[in-house]
Amino acid sequence: MAAPRTLFEKIWAAHAVTTREDGTSLLWIDRHLVHEGSFHGFGMLEHSGRPLRRPDLTFAMADHYVPSHDRRHPIADPEAAGLVTTLAANAARHGITHFGLDSPDQGIVHVVGPELGLTLPGLVLVCGDSHTSTHGAFGTLAFGIGASEVAHVLATQSLWQKRPRTLRITIDGTLHQHVAAKDVILAVIARIGAAGAVGHVIEYAGSAIRALGMEARMTICNMSIEAGGRAGMIAPDDVTFGWISGRRHAPRGAAWDAAVAAWRRLPSDPGAVFDRDVSIDAGQIAPTITWGTTPEAALPVTGRVPNPDDAPDAAARQAIAGQLAYMGLMPGAALEGTPVDRVFIGSCTNGRLPDLRAAALVLKGRHATIPGLVVPGSVAVKREAEAEGLDRVFTEAGLVWGEPGCSMCVGMNGDLVAPGQRCASTSNRNFEGRQGQGARTHLMSPAMAAAAAIAGAIADVRKLA
Amino acid sequence: MTPFTILSGPITLLDRPNIDTDQIIPARFLRKPRSAGYDNFLFADLRTRENAFPLQPHTVPILVAGANFGCGSSREGAVYALVDAGVRCVIAPSFGDIFAGNAGKNGLLTIELPDAPARLGAATTLAIDLPAQTITLPDGTLIAFEIDAFRKRCLVEGLDDIGLTLVHSDALAAHEAALPPWSAPRAG
Repeated sequence: MAAPRTLFEKIWAAHAVTTREDGTSLLWIDRHLVHEGSFHGFGMLEHSGRPLRRPDLTFAMADHYVPSHDRRHPIADPEAAGLVTTLAANAARHGITHFGLDSPDQGIVHVVGPELGLTLPGLVLVCGDSHTSTHGAFGTLAFGIGASEVAHVLATQSLWQKRPRTLRITIDGTLHQHVAAKDVILAVIARIGAAGAVGHVIEYAGSAIRALGMEARMTICNMSIEAGGRAGMIAPDDVTFGWISGRRHAPRGAAWDAAVAAWRRLPSDPGAVFDRDVSIDAGQIAPTITWGTTPEAALPVTGRVPNPDDAPDAAARQAIAGQLAYMGLMPGAALEGTPVDRVFIGSCTNGRLPDLRAAALVLKGRHATIPGLVVPGSVAVKREAEAEGLDRVFTEAGLVWGEPGCSMCVGMNGDLVAPGQRCASTSNRNFEGRQGQGARTHLMSPAMAAAAAIAGAIADVRKLA
Repeated sequence: MTPFTILSGPITLLDRPNIDTDQIIPARFLRKPRSAGYDNFLFADLRTRENAFPLQPHTVPILVAGANFGCGSSREGAVYALVDAGVRCVIAPSFGDIFAGNAGKNGLLTIELPDAPARLGAATTLAIDLPAQTITLPDGTLIAFEIDAFRKRCLVEGLDDIGLTLVHSDALAAHEAALPPWSAPRAG
């Protein structure tokens, strides 16, 4: 009998076209998603004079540079407009399906891919964006690549990869009320560190993970890269199959039955060995937010920021002091009550319908005391949210309801946090300057961001709800 | 790609952990064509904010940095900025996986070395011999380092990745022909 294998090992083995003596494999790529930022990769392909091998497995989406305000007028920023146009032109030239600015399916690549049934269990999916790990929520091996690798996939539909090690993170137990997937992944990163999963593919397992819906699983897998993980995955189950069934590009009829039969064989076998194992008790996770400029700098909202004087060595002292100085926080200060200047709700981490529902539930009938922007992850999410009246909850609370895209998570479309301003954000990175030069980002869940909007300060949603 | 064999020159030390690619090149520069030259985008915000920031473009070919260098965004622009600014080698205890992959494809050598800042930070110059996999300190101390055999070969020979892959065209075509039917996107 064959040795028990992990979910990752099964997908890797099924996609290795050839393996070199040094253990590096040429992997077949089932799906390649591209966006405006992929222009370097297209440029390299043109330069090489090679054709695009499988346009039918390549899908283009405009998300990073699209405006989140009214789209009835052309994009004012000529460089941003040029990149959106270049993506459309590259897609047309190579025969790639393209979801551009005026498409009813436009949105963030990591929101739209799953929505359209392009993301399926057992596939290998890549994109020139580190948050490609999102798609691992479906039991897909999905990872971000650089521009040279984008060019390689365009030309060959394959990629050389060194086989990563495996890390299982088991989260058993029941999450408390008002504790969301975002809190889980921030707690995981705080526990293992921003480099905790470098060189590893993470599999999230345990009863707390099994109890989550697909959007929450995507939130968790999305931020695997923030722990350094090459990818993050969750075994597909009936929740997964139910979510995918009937989506536009998902298999139907006999092909669906064959697919589900294959997908049921994907979960890690009993006794499969992981290179590392970490366990976390779901009941110990509180609403969690970041205080510093690396995602590992995360604490329960009831916590106090560290004091450099308590650090074990000079390097740690310096690292904490540097983060506090950038963030404008006093050593040992309480997080709760720290004044916030603005709020951003959206992104590939938290821009899906259940995320918006969670924020709206807190905001309903209340008023924001600071400015805020709510950006749905896709046109489909926007449509569904509006059908439920969520847009009115946000606008009546005083927040701006925007058009789908990456928006203020990365600020490439001009949605920036002003220098020195503090932003309560549902995005994925609190790096220095991520949301704008000198911007101070606190990462948190949609419900916590909504609570911050009402309080005008970092607040504990458990006291509001 | 410029082949990489032996490099000796001055170093600079950036002894901070978790230098992410948003620091190496802020997002607002990623819209620029590569032909514009990415050298002045390198650490643009940190160089503005800190007068004594240790790495200025076109000053040193070797950077010694803290753990998890190049974490975060997959932007290959981070590698372009380093390479265009004259950096040919970064030595750190660990690297973001995507950054390290991007580096190898652009002739930038990344060397993983535990405690790199402590062991090398006091040196003013280093000599790096990639074929021999050694770092030599000014006092003659020799430090051996590990590197993937294939990454090393690509760097030393300046190989074109896509050209190498196309040697496997038959195997790729065979794999493609045997894909399960459900794996293709259903025509919308």
